[in-house]
Amino acid sequence: MAETLATLQGVSRVYQKGKERVDVLHELDLEINTGDFLALMGPSGSGKTTLLNLLGGLDKPTAGTVNVGGAILSSMSNSQLSNWRATHVGFIFQFYNLLPVLTARKNVELPLLLTNMSAKERSRRAEIALDIVGLADRASHRPRELSGGQEQRVAIARAIVSDPQLLLCDEPTGDLDRATADEILKLLQTLNAEHGKTIIMVTHDAQAADYARRTLHMDKGKLEARTTA
Amino acid sequence: MKYFGLIWKNTWRKKVRTSLTILSVLVAFLLFALLNALGYAFRAGEDVSSAERLVVIHKISLINPLPISYEARIASTPGVAAVTHASWFGGYYQEPRNQFAQFAVDMTAYFALYPELIIPPEQLEAAAKNRIGTVVGHELAEKFGWKIGDRIPIQATIWTKADGGRTWELDLEGIMRSNDPRGSTAFMLFNHDYFEEARAFGKGTAGWYVLQIAPGADPVEVANAIDAQFANSPNETKTSTEAAFAASFAKQFGNIALIVQLILGAVFFTLLLVAGNTMSQSVRERIPELAVLKTVGFRDITVLGIVLSESILIISLGGILGLGIGWFLVQGVSQQMGASLPGIYLSPQAMLMATGIMIGAGILAGLFPALKAMRLSIVDALARG
Repeated sequence: MAETLATLQGVSRVYQKGKERVDVLHELDLEINTGDFLALMGPSGSGKTTLLNLLGGLDKPTAGTVNVGGAILSSMSNSQLSNWRATHVGFIFQFYNLLPVLTARKNVELPLLLTNMSAKERSRRAEIALDIVGLADRASHRPRELSGGQEQRVAIARAIVSDPQLLLCDEPTGDLDRATADEILKLLQTLNAEHGKTIIMVTHDAQAADYARRTLHMDKGKLEARTTA
Repeated sequence: MKYFGLIWKNTWRKKVRTSLTILSVLVAFLLFALLNALGYAFRAGEDVSSAERLVVIHKISLINPLPISYEARIASTPGVAAVTHASWFGGYYQEPRNQFAQFAVDMTAYFALYPELIIPPEQLEAAAKNRIGTVVGHELAEKFGWKIGDRIPIQATIWTKADGGRTWELDLEGIMRSNDPRGSTAFMLFNHDYFEEARAFGKGTAGWYVLQIAPGADPVEVANAIDAQFANSPNETKTSTEAAFAASFAKQFGNIALIVQLILGAVFFTLLLVAGNTMSQSVRERIPELAVLKTVGFRDITVLGIVLSESILIISLGGILGLGIGWFLVQGVSQQMGASLPGIYLSPQAMLMATGIMIGAGILAGLFPALKAMRLSIVDALARG
């Protein structure tokens, strides 16, 4: 039986926009197993990204508990969350969010700056991560010298370089053509199947969701009963 | 140190903007260096003055001379160990641009009162014996290529001779140095006896008196006693410490320190605005990147430190360049104009102050952008990107 990695219990997230109260997530319960590859689908504003942010310790719930790998994220301070993110979770964004002034290698090395590793060791690990995503020969290139697909591969290398258990992907193929998107999704599948990474991916794209082991649907801040295996 | 690569790359993200900011900082610190060196030159007399020496001048002004007969009366005042006199000559060598200070003094007494002035005893003796003998600082000798035995004609601007001539010929008998590295000897001393005999007017007077107070004597009591002696006379005196005398002498040229401070205040205020604007723009245009740093685990305080370090780096780069250029210019000015502007010097204290200003200005210029970066909400910033 698979081990539970993340548990959300009665999680609500409310934003206050001026005088208006916006209920983004509403008393949500969810369990995610270690080694899962979960796609989160749903219309815009359904709360997918907010859920991802809570699982990644980027945001805190208004109510409820978020437990990831035994860490109660909902009760951690900002500083504790920073430390936790540095070692336990990797993020992949739709627009890659690489630092344009740094080479691919230096972008990948960024999370390792927070460790006590030597510069040589950081560089070695970045090379390995770039090799895993198939970009070892582009290590010295800057983001503007790379294609969109290559940029996203660098972002994936950055997400896995500190060897986190959990990868959180927010529309990772949203800015890519079909063929490139498929390559990226296959890479995520490989990371899930061969490297044991637990992946949660927010997507609007049903074809992208097909690469996941299962898909959850969200609407108006709630998980729908409909689950695609 | 491990963040330096990231800080350096971010600093040069917009090369033109960073270069222009550094240039403006460079100009500010260049001005700082030059004005400080100039201020130092005007304060030099105060810095090297002795606490055991008092200076007696005319109560009305330094320009007004005092009777030579005062010397004996001052010498007999309780607490006075030794006294001598000096008179400002105000001439030039060959051309008016070759101006430096000349004083008519009693050679032996003067050197006895200023032990920091070093001269070989035989040279001092020769200068004292030769009626038209003179002693110059090594700076002047080097500048004008003078050597012992040279006859040096000095053109008077004030003191015409009794025969109507304006040229005072002096024999170089000695070359002096200061044992205080801050002290300048870019001046000339010649015998008061010759001055007294040859001048057309002002006979029987001296410009001011310098006295050494006796060990244990209270300088304030000695000064008061001297001034009391000459109170209600046609030539009342004002006795002060040598430092106060040097300060009042420098003030004849205006309040240099205040002028320097005002100029530098305006320059650094402008510098803060320029550098602050650069840092604000820099942070504003990379909010999503800063959010990514936080996402991968950089703590708020680390992000604050990175932005502040960028600000300090930009100002330090410009500051070090400005100070460096300033140092070379001051060296050049010192070599070219050391005689007419002795003591121009960029002191270690000024360098230290400049370093403090660099760090302080860097922190001030980067503080608000850095706080903005630190308080950045990751979720909001990523949504913006």
